[in-house]
Amino acid sequence: MLKSLSWLRPAPGDFRDQARALRSEMRGGRGDDLGMRLYALANHALDENQLVSLARLAAGACDAGAAPAPFSAVKLGVFGDGTLSLIAPAIAGTALRHRLAVDTFVGEFNRAALDALDPSGPVRSAGLDMALIVSDARVLGLDRPAASRAAADETVERAFGQVRRTVEGLRPSIGSAILVQTVAAPLEPLFGSYDRIEPGSPLSMTAAFNRRVADWAADGGVVLVDVAHLAECVGLEAWDDPGQWHAAKLGFAPSLLPVYADVVARAMAAVRGLSRKCLVLDLDNTLWGGVVGDDGLGGIVIGQGSATGEAHLAVQRMALALRARGVVLAVCSKNEEAAARAPFREHPDMLLREDHIAVFQANWTDKAANLRAIAETLNIGVDALVLLDDNPAERMQVRSELPLVGVPELPDDPALFPRMLAAAGYFEAVSVSKEDRARAEMYQANARRAAALSASADVGAYLASLEMACAIGPVSEMTRARVAQLVNKSNQFNLTTRRWSEGELAAAIRDPARHVAQVRLVDRFGDNGVIAVLIADKGPDAWAIDTWLMSCRVLGRRVEEACLAHLAGAARAAGARALIGRYIPSPRNAIVKDHYRNLGFALEDESGGATTWRLDLDRFVAPALEMTVADGFLAPENAAA
Amino acid sequence: MSREVILGDIREIMADVFDMDVDDVVVTPDTTADDIEEWDSLSHIRLIVAVERRFKVKFTNAEIERLRRVGDLVALVEAKQPA
Repeated sequence: MLKSLSWLRPAPGDFRDQARALRSEMRGGRGDDLGMRLYALANHALDENQLVSLARLAAGACDAGAAPAPFSAVKLGVFGDGTLSLIAPAIAGTALRHRLAVDTFVGEFNRAALDALDPSGPVRSAGLDMALIVSDARVLGLDRPAASRAAADETVERAFGQVRRTVEGLRPSIGSAILVQTVAAPLEPLFGSYDRIEPGSPLSMTAAFNRRVADWAADGGVVLVDVAHLAECVGLEAWDDPGQWHAAKLGFAPSLLPVYADVVARAMAAVRGLSRKCLVLDLDNTLWGGVVGDDGLGGIVIGQGSATGEAHLAVQRMALALRARGVVLAVCSKNEEAAARAPFREHPDMLLREDHIAVFQANWTDKAANLRAIAETLNIGVDALVLLDDNPAERMQVRSELPLVGVPELPDDPALFPRMLAAAGYFEAVSVSKEDRARAEMYQANARRAAALSASADVGAYLASLEMACAIGPVSEMTRARVAQLVNKSNQFNLTTRRWSEGELAAAIRDPARHVAQVRLVDRFGDNGVIAVLIADKGPDAWAIDTWLMSCRVLGRRVEEACLAHLAGAARAAGARALIGRYIPSPRNAIVKDHYRNLGFALEDESGGATTWRLDLDRFVAPALEMTVADGFLAPENAAA
Repeated sequence: MSREVILGDIREIMADVFDMDVDDVVVTPDTTADDIEEWDSLSHIRLIVAVERRFKVKFTNAEIERLRRVGDLVALVEAKQPA
């Protein structure tokens, strides 16, 4: 299932012709829909050769580093020993499926650290956004038994140090994330079952090494690609191909390049904030067996006592587990609403209840229209949705109407639904914060807010009815990870799309020449958590706003005006006379193009779409807002935690 | 499976692996890597994997190292076909 990419449709029989047609169109000037067609082609189970063709197409589609919609451009450095030249194009071809147009740079493992330190070297000047460190137990010396516990510890430390030195050497050259891998356990036992006990066995040493890498990634230093687990899932015998290692120094069977590349690409997409956010569930024959409209409440198959009923229960259990880690659940079903809701309300064997579902669309309209409505209610893009639906016709309709929705193929047997959904990796995360875990609740509250808005006559009254409390304060140790996550994930309401790593952020917070503020918002429906970040350079005369971003969840709530009032107040108190704002356009932030104009700034300068704005503080009067604002900078002992 | 059929299938595979038009390049038993620009040590690995997958066979490194021309590959596939 995993190794054949079964959640994707099989490659079209005329793949070569389609690729050829795209290429000749590209040569004759780009068509508007070229990006979408490339994306559609990438969303098939392609083999390693087809991925190479696609990688070439992707390189042709990118114009001076700019990628056509729906892609965003990434420059990826691939470093390691062995045949990276096979790996790099497989990743570039696969990443299109995850909406990344990847341009790869292939480096050499042991040279990478040296090259990276050379300011005029090729790595430094390559302009890399991300790097992938390809590791292998054999390269790291973990495949040879160690004679004692001390020798085993030393071997593991040396292997880990080798990877870490490369990463630290690369770090100044990498704009965003560095991805490191765990390594697959060697297949051939030294003792047999005793290998698990003996610290010097290759099995124990790779396990210890993988633990070190995982702990490192948990601290936020690197992004983890769990190759060890992938290898176990596809089976170590299938994974490891000693002949390929001897002949080409390729660390795994070449036929597994597609699934390996997908696992790497989904981590890269997660770094870019492109993971899915919401699982939309079909009902009949997906969440339960049978058709509730025909079979009635008592006729559907769900729960213990029947293999089919238990299989559907397992689907529900998986949905609940995803919800608990922050994935929002919605329902989209062709049904009478009352009949569709009845099992959630009345059936004793259902695990899922109405409370778990943020948006419930049961009607006879087509599914694409309902998915649009779900996205709109949750205030997310349709590209954040995944539809789990047993009906191939519905899947086809959604794919053709809304190609950006994730729609996994499903096997006939519902017992395999959860595994298929998991294999597709739609909800990949590179970190988990407390807010993530509470996100499903927050989106649900959002859906209720949307309902309140449609019931309330004017916006001012609606905002007042939300009983908002806004807390602006310094970033604390406790919230730094969440703030970094927001800074690196926000694309739409983000004036400069400037990314800050957690380390850079920590330095900025300590820097007396910088003002770093987080903004929280609580309303009567719940705590929205940290929803905005402000970073300004404190000049003596004017404060320049380097970073201003906000979660789109709180658009239209006048939070930006509260932010401005805060910045103006803080700058004024420090003796500054003006605020300088900058807007740098990106493919996704057109929404804030007029942000500074709307807030009363005057345009100072414009070049290449980027604009600079100025607000004279002696003319600024803070507006009255429909919220209470607590400023933690004014009263540090009340700093927002 | 006759040699002609195997050669025809390998020609299709080569078109995929080397990303070329089947009609553009004439593939005969005497074709070697020197005749096709895209055929280097890396794409050779992909070619072998694709041939193994298509014919459900597995080659050893020694067998692969002995290959010189397309005809050798055809003969190798033929030898591995179940009788």
